[in-house]
Amino acid sequence: MPIPSALITLLVGMALVLAGLWVGYNVSMLPIDASSNAPVYDALFKVLFSIGTVLFLGIVGVLIFSLVRFRRRRGDSSDGAAIEGNLPLEIVWTAIPAVVVLFVGIYSYDIYERMGGMTPLNDHGAMHTAQPAGDHHHHGGTHGSKQAILASSSSAPAATADQEPGRVWAGIGTNTGEEQTLTVDVTAMQFAFIFHYPEGNIVSGELHIPADRPVSLNMEARDVIHAFWVPQFRLKQDVIPGQPTLLSFTATRPGTYPIVCAELCGPYHGGMRSSVVVHQPADFDAWLSKNTPPVPATVASSGSTPTA
Amino acid sequence: MTLASPSDFQAPQQSSPDQGGPRGLQPEGWLRYLSFSLDHKVIGLQYMVCGFLFYFLGGALAGVIRTELASPISDFVSRETYNEVLTLHGTVMIFLWIVPVVNGAFGNYLIPFYVGARDMAFPRLNAVAFWLIPPAGILLISSYFIKGGAAQSGWTAYPPLSLTTPSLGQVIWIISVLLLGGSSIFGGINFIATILKLRRPGLKMMQLPMYCWAMLGTSILVVLSTPVLAGTLILLSFDIIAHTGFFNPALGGNVVVYQHLFWFYSHPAVYIMVLPAFGLVSEIIPIHARKPLFGYTTMVYSIIAIVVLGLVVWAHHMFTSGTPPWMRLFFTIATSFIAVPTGIKFFNWLATLWQGKIALNSAMLFACAFIVNFVFGGITGVALAQVPFDIHVHDTYFVVGHFHYIVYGGTVFIIFSSVYHWYPKFTGRMLDEHLGRFHFLLTFIGFNLCFAPQHWLGLNGMPRRVAEYDPSFTTLNQVSSVGALLMAVSTLPFLFNVVVSAFRGEVAGDNPWKALTPEWLTSSPPPVENWIGEAPLVTHPYGYGAPADRLDLKMVTAEQIWNDPKP
Repeated sequence: MPIPSALITLLVGMALVLAGLWVGYNVSMLPIDASSNAPVYDALFKVLFSIGTVLFLGIVGVLIFSLVRFRRRRGDSSDGAAIEGNLPLEIVWTAIPAVVVLFVGIYSYDIYERMGGMTPLNDHGAMHTAQPAGDHHHHGGTHGSKQAILASSSSAPAATADQEPGRVWAGIGTNTGEEQTLTVDVTAMQFAFIFHYPEGNIVSGELHIPADRPVSLNMEARDVIHAFWVPQFRLKQDVIPGQPTLLSFTATRPGTYPIVCAELCGPYHGGMRSSVVVHQPADFDAWLSKNTPPVPATVASSGSTPTA
Repeated sequence: MTLASPSDFQAPQQSSPDQGGPRGLQPEGWLRYLSFSLDHKVIGLQYMVCGFLFYFLGGALAGVIRTELASPISDFVSRETYNEVLTLHGTVMIFLWIVPVVNGAFGNYLIPFYVGARDMAFPRLNAVAFWLIPPAGILLISSYFIKGGAAQSGWTAYPPLSLTTPSLGQVIWIISVLLLGGSSIFGGINFIATILKLRRPGLKMMQLPMYCWAMLGTSILVVLSTPVLAGTLILLSFDIIAHTGFFNPALGGNVVVYQHLFWFYSHPAVYIMVLPAFGLVSEIIPIHARKPLFGYTTMVYSIIAIVVLGLVVWAHHMFTSGTPPWMRLFFTIATSFIAVPTGIKFFNWLATLWQGKIALNSAMLFACAFIVNFVFGGITGVALAQVPFDIHVHDTYFVVGHFHYIVYGGTVFIIFSSVYHWYPKFTGRMLDEHLGRFHFLLTFIGFNLCFAPQHWLGLNGMPRRVAEYDPSFTTLNQVSSVGALLMAVSTLPFLFNVVVSAFRGEVAGDNPWKALTPEWLTSSPPPVENWIGEAPLVTHPYGYGAPADRLDLKMVTAEQIWNDPKP
């Protein structure tokens, strides 16, 4: 007895879905997860990877089947069936992608919200623990890269900040200004990131943060656009001259991970890399106290330096 | 099926009052192709050959990039040169290869045939549009040799980087892109006018071959969005030359506004590169599958939907830059929904193949590989549309892989498919099938080796536009470089084929594919003004398998149409 084609279609469809799910959940394509955001991202990735695998295998399968089954036989010069369309079929394959896309959209919205993406950026703008924007540049200058500061002393961020103190233009999450949040000011320049810790007044070329404690990066670029990316955190945010941006996250896995500049910023763009060191909370406190400069007076002297 | 012979349309030569008109003044033979010809077929082939020359140049630049990236350190060219090369590669491939060929070359050659016209609506504007391209291209290339070198800020030219890199090269880049944009706008106006106003009497819009609809949609995008790019680049040039502050944050400018304006053109530009390919493949598949194009009406509506949605998705290129949350959300939704009309087109092509009599020749191999590649690129595209997904992979090699799957695996594969398909019409001779299949195999393997590994590289931490990278990525980068080498080698059988077949190829005859679209209902190559005698009225360009009397493949004169009370 011939097997009805509907049954074959059903079985093939089920096999496809199972294959897609297996691939999506078993083929690892991502680096290790080191922030609270990363597992959420990886869940989204698995769903998208599964759906994508089902669609790709299905479409390519139909294509290859057609090319074999409906190939022109030697000596056959006739035409195929004169089928010009089929409205119900077209409605089905309009509706299915629409539903899939809608599901993906709603699901990724949920993921985005869990990342803190939909939190209004400027809820606590005025309460920022950070000094007026532009100020932290001077700390950077005091301890680190004086040359770079001098070279770009004409930058406008100060003017922007004067009009709208603490305004954040874009980013993820919000700096709640709570006690436990670690705030770090990030300055990007050709071709380095400078990290300044207002708490302790530390300037560093590497980002040191504690695990399991919220971190808020207030970022601004000195010269051209850069992007702050930690692949293991699954987070990226452009660092823009004139428009402060914000990145909030919680690291979860102690270790050292690369910080990569992801926006073309000049000849040494490929070399603009740094590291983020995620410490156990106790180790971080030790690092903090070890690196806190003994004489805080330097801050005041640098703060009084006239701006250009 | 019986097919009307092309000779049916070659009525005895009437003495045309036109003889000795403008065309009589133009050179004969191959010199036409170097002249300010007004013949749409000559202009189409001018676009084609010029485009392929720039393709080989852009490919050589890609070779430099892949050679540099074969090792994790910057050791092949200087870092400045590397940035010049990647800027030129992107600009050449987009503005001098894909846009001119997939629009200008095939559009000029085919659209007048498809609407039953003797030429484009504005032949002189058409010639001007083409002749803007060689000087603009030469200008762009020449900037490499001047002091300071070519532009180094990528084809996106984001300020403030484009304001701080050597300025002369950047200004030349702007002038060159403005000229090419002007050419594109002239072409777009011409296509819109030709398709809407030059249709043969009796030919309705919903009877046009699908490529006409694709070109109508594309041209609307060109005319709406290219001026925005032009205005933006003029402001950018003011910032560079006259030190104005439109996009200079040090002078109160806003760098993110530039990105909005740039992508307002440059996202539709993806559809300007892809929609014509959708049109071309819609012509190729029915002919070689011997089946009508499935779902003509929904194909037309999906083109319209892609045009409308294509205009409101630009900020998905800016998910990690200065975009507020609500904007990220809106552009995620709009971008995701483009998958729906695009999906319809792919399902319809598959349905066209279903129950056909498929001849898997070189043209079809490239067309079917296009479906595979583009579906892959489309799936990664829907993923990239999701803000949380994009935040991780934006500006990484994942995006480079995705983009090349769309633009190379999609459009360039269709350009090759189209060359195999229409070469008999262009020259009157067939291309060699064995060389064609060899070319296909090398290209398909090379392409996938080159670009598939880049997705993994991006996910795992390799940013784009870098001359050096983490040594742990070396192996996959070398695989990618080997793929690029295969792609370079694959052009050799192709070049040999197109050059030798022009002289020694099998004589094709007027209609070697037994096709129904109007360009095949005349001689190969076609005469000046396309048909001797009246143009055929083709109301069923995809009428394969139907009885001949349904096809209306008979001579219908304009007089009959006008005198018919029910047209």
